[in-house]
Amino acid sequence: MQRHFDKDIDQLKQLLLRMGAVVEDAIGLAIRALLERDTQVAESVIAADTMIDQMELDIDQHTIELIAKMQPAAVDLRFVATAMKITPELERIADLAVDVCERAIELNREPPLKPLIDIPRLAKMAQDMVRQSLDSFVRGDAVLAREVIARDDEVDLLTEQSFRELLTYMLEDSRNISRAIRLTFVGKYFERMADGATNICEMVVYLVEGKVIKHSNESV
Amino acid sequence: MVDFQVTPAHAPSRTVPAGSTPAPKIDVADFDFYYGPSKVLHGISLSIPEKQVTALIGPSGCGKTTFLRSINRMNDIIPGTHVSGAIRIDGDDVYGSRVDVVSLRRRVGMVFQKSNPFPKSIYDNVAYGLRIGGVRERRKLDDAVQTSLRRSALWDEVKDRLHESAMALSGGQQQRLCIARALAVGPDILLMDEPASALDPIATQKIEELIWELKESYTIVIVTHNMQQAARVSDRTAFFMLGKLVEYNETKKIFMNPSQRLTEDYITGRFG
Repeated sequence: MQRHFDKDIDQLKQLLLRMGAVVEDAIGLAIRALLERDTQVAESVIAADTMIDQMELDIDQHTIELIAKMQPAAVDLRFVATAMKITPELERIADLAVDVCERAIELNREPPLKPLIDIPRLAKMAQDMVRQSLDSFVRGDAVLAREVIARDDEVDLLTEQSFRELLTYMLEDSRNISRAIRLTFVGKYFERMADGATNICEMVVYLVEGKVIKHSNESV
Repeated sequence: MVDFQVTPAHAPSRTVPAGSTPAPKIDVADFDFYYGPSKVLHGISLSIPEKQVTALIGPSGCGKTTFLRSINRMNDIIPGTHVSGAIRIDGDDVYGSRVDVVSLRRRVGMVFQKSNPFPKSIYDNVAYGLRIGGVRERRKLDDAVQTSLRRSALWDEVKDRLHESAMALSGGQQQRLCIARALAVGPDILLMDEPASALDPIATQKIEELIWELKESYTIVIVTHNMQQAARVSDRTAFFMLGKLVEYNETKKIFMNPSQRLTEDYITGRFG
């Protein structure tokens, strides 16, 4: 039976997808701002963050109204719960993109410390994980969600590797410390974006299978 | 005489100039109702917008059904009742001295908790009001019956057995037949007194979806003791208690963040 609430559920899905697309763009631009040392691009990402914050508020309002009016059950309930949990993750990922841009602006005021190798790899991994976490949500694909979760360990290792290399630059010459610390932060921001993608995937598994795998070691 | 008659099986559409606030369909002003010396509704004032669903909720005995039945003067059949204040539909007071109550009740249709199909065929049930009103032409009756049964989402289930007894229909189908019967005489307002309370969950859901469709063409006022139903189905909700209107607002406001403590206590089940 067609239900009049199906339109509201679809609308919620569209709002989430739109927010996801905007956040993915923000990550891409943050990476560009960092690697191409482009302060203008960095500033545009920072300016656009207010819009993403407003999207979070709009989705919050929409989900609360849906719960009040619809009293969703089963998959509808899990969907609304997932929407409520995914939204702040996306907003935090967008904030992390802003953080990357703020560090990029600071780094652009000094000459480059070193050719960036690990950080661009880390950035791409985080970007891919965020994109695929949203794909898994759109498609209701718990298999893809679990694959994304499994890649988080690799991200953690690469973050650690990047930090150790930056540490050697700090120990070598104290004039490197300021830039090396900012780059360490940047690595950490991308690692936290990957964590956010992992959290989104855990919610997708809950949505599709009704199974809670948060705080467990279960992935594939 | 004020005539509330409209063309059968046709709900008039209204347009509102851009930028203006539409006038309410039903405007209730300081309305009191008495059963003999006993005052059961106290100074009720509210405006019910056109082509929306307004739910009346409240504990048993709060006056919501009495108020509903006041809108089309169904309470007139009870001896010893009297009113003060006004209930205006499109600006005309339904308690005005020149009101034709019969045509009022055609324009303001009613559906009851216990469905009450006549012991006649499905076709004759729907056509009954039109025939009483003087419509005899077969084609007009056929068209009106089909339109009404389609509008009440029953046509597909009964189109091949229109001349079978209405008593053979299920509870949910009988209720939709009663809705079709009310629609056939061309109302623009539908009053529903707990229309789904005697039905199973699937039939209830069908009635609720039907209400959602019907509000495209009709102004609907529904009494329900099921608060979740009020939340699902209505655009605005009025909470009654002890014959008084406690709170009236958009349904989402009432169910997300009511202004009155009493309203919150009722909808959270702290009393009632």
